[in-house]
Amino acid sequence: MTADVSRGAQSPPELVQLLTPEGERIEHPDYDIDLTAEELRGLYRDLVLVRRIDLEAVALQRQGELGLWASLLGQEAAQVGSGRALTDADMAFPTYREHGVAWCRKVDPVQLLGMFRGVNHGGWDPVEHNFHLYTIVIGSQTLHAVGYAMGIQRDGAESAAIAYFGDGATSQGDVNEAFIWASVFNAPVVFFCQNNQWAISEPLEKQTRIPLYRRAAGFGFPGVRVDGNDVLACLAVTRKALADARSGQGPSMIEAFTYRMGAHTTSDDPTRYRVADELESWKLKDPIERVKAYLAKSGIADQSYFDAIDAEADELGRDLRRRCLAMPDPQPMAMFDHVYAEPHALVAEEREQYAAYLNSFEEGAR
Amino acid sequence: MTTLTLAKAMNLGLRKAMEDDPKVLIMGEDIGKLGGVFRVTDGLQKDFGEDRVIDTPLAESGIIGTAIGLAIRGYRPVCEIQFDGFVFPAADQIITQLAKMPLRSLGKLKLPVVVRIPCGGGIGAVEHHSESPEAYFTHTAGLRVVACSNPVDAYTMIQQAVRSDDPVIFFEPKRRYWDKAEVDTSSAPDTWHPFDTGRVVRQGADLTMLAYGPMVKTALEAANAAAEEGRSIEVVDLRSLNPVDMPLVTESVRKTGRCVIVHEAPVYSGLGGELAARITEQCFYNLEAPVLRVGGFSTPYPPSRLEEHYLPDLDRVLDAVDRAFGY
Repeated sequence: MTADVSRGAQSPPELVQLLTPEGERIEHPDYDIDLTAEELRGLYRDLVLVRRIDLEAVALQRQGELGLWASLLGQEAAQVGSGRALTDADMAFPTYREHGVAWCRKVDPVQLLGMFRGVNHGGWDPVEHNFHLYTIVIGSQTLHAVGYAMGIQRDGAESAAIAYFGDGATSQGDVNEAFIWASVFNAPVVFFCQNNQWAISEPLEKQTRIPLYRRAAGFGFPGVRVDGNDVLACLAVTRKALADARSGQGPSMIEAFTYRMGAHTTSDDPTRYRVADELESWKLKDPIERVKAYLAKSGIADQSYFDAIDAEADELGRDLRRRCLAMPDPQPMAMFDHVYAEPHALVAEEREQYAAYLNSFEEGAR
Repeated sequence: MTTLTLAKAMNLGLRKAMEDDPKVLIMGEDIGKLGGVFRVTDGLQKDFGEDRVIDTPLAESGIIGTAIGLAIRGYRPVCEIQFDGFVFPAADQIITQLAKMPLRSLGKLKLPVVVRIPCGGGIGAVEHHSESPEAYFTHTAGLRVVACSNPVDAYTMIQQAVRSDDPVIFFEPKRRYWDKAEVDTSSAPDTWHPFDTGRVVRQGADLTMLAYGPMVKTALEAANAAAEEGRSIEVVDLRSLNPVDMPLVTESVRKTGRCVIVHEAPVYSGLGGELAARITEQCFYNLEAPVLRVGGFSTPYPPSRLEEHYLPDLDRVLDAVDRAFGY
């Protein structure tokens, strides 16, 4: 049984776009953006470097150096565009795929690898970067973002929180509760949904029968669909949503319409559930190629610039690989660290007992 | 000294915590103008405002999830779950996020969130209003779990829970909300019984009875009845359920040689099983009898007209005492 989508049908969804897949700059009545040549080159650099980090991580997983990796391939523009819209004081709450946002928040890429290599459950300082830890349980972080935003309200601060989540997460109770909370408390939060069309093997129509951004209206705040492969549009739309949130106008939802070009994770096999033609059609909408075309056509960058960025990307990849391999395995006793902030008798007792057990082998060997 | 009900002692403890630290917030369903269904938060919103005493939408996962976000921002939220049986929609946020986030951050984040849960039966309530879900939470690393049994502990332990930098699941014995005791609300925190320790509430020589929350009163009544038969029972109020004050427990059991554990929760896979195992490991040569447990049955909590059969009462506790002396 599938839903009869003609029931309750509305007008076709609108899509905010400022840069076409062919690299043509177009205007939008509600969203404008005026970037310097340096800023435009910077966005291109971000996109290329983020893709290179991701590519290297996939390779590391294939070679057994990571247990798992969740690739962002195809979603670079949604992440860099929204990530570059944040100010230092804004706080981001990611899923486990926001490597591009992490890059914008100045998280060292090698720190992203720790949890996928199995040396920790999250290795960066979320306070230092205003970039929360990756959250694996789908949608949980949206409530954390709203609570954080309620804290911003109570502090009288002029900043905002942004919650990242995917199309599958919109089916979660927590995400819907987050919408309700944000709405009734008018919390300064932006809900940034990357609709990459697939929740592992389940296509979008298993999650919704209306365009996701239209759900916002039912909760009482604005929703907009943006071309998630257009970094300029993602930047412009997120900037406006964040500005609205910071100035007390409350929450909003952005649906970045994009495509997961790779597998869900390195453990997944998308050939079992989707056709190759779909991927080919989205390759024509690649988030990086259109920026490159625009920069070249408008004379903002030339081949020597693109070559330099490629070289920088290769060096970044080599460096990431070298530092991943050099990452030390944690010591056994580390699992007892940080379970509690204050002394805890049970953990202390078990730590002591296990240390004695391990030591008994060392003494036996001597 | 003031004579206070347990509910009023909770109320004054929360008030003091809010006065002491402007970062303390209270959030939950119906806690504002109504003052909570048990009136534990009575008058707090009037005095501290809607930004600090927050009537939330009716969704428990949302309460805990947003409390976590507020704690990341530097606040110290105290969440009220209206009844024990309603904590389960929040179980995901408590178990996968609240309990694990400090470790996940390698200690860079602290989540000083208190989750208050009125628990237990004996009030003639409908389904889902009489449960004792503590074992789900004592089984989850990263949470501190405590239960108060009397107005003095209610007043002090809630303030200690708020001051703790760890997440605390705080069980309140709902059928004891109206019990009264003398409480010294001017006492200094450094004179209070330490937060993660138990307490001997009745000295005895022949048998140790372990209880917490609503069953402490039952255990004391059983000890008094047993005394009339010449049996000297020591009653220990565990107070902290994770961690458990094992030095206190083992000291008592080594002295008496017998132990009965009483809780309302089902015996099977209950906290009593863990305690019995640990006592057996640590006091094996001192035991005159196996450690016995008295508690709820392996049935869902029954309709209230049957709850007197489900809940441990004086007779069932004394029956276990008799059996312990039969070895």
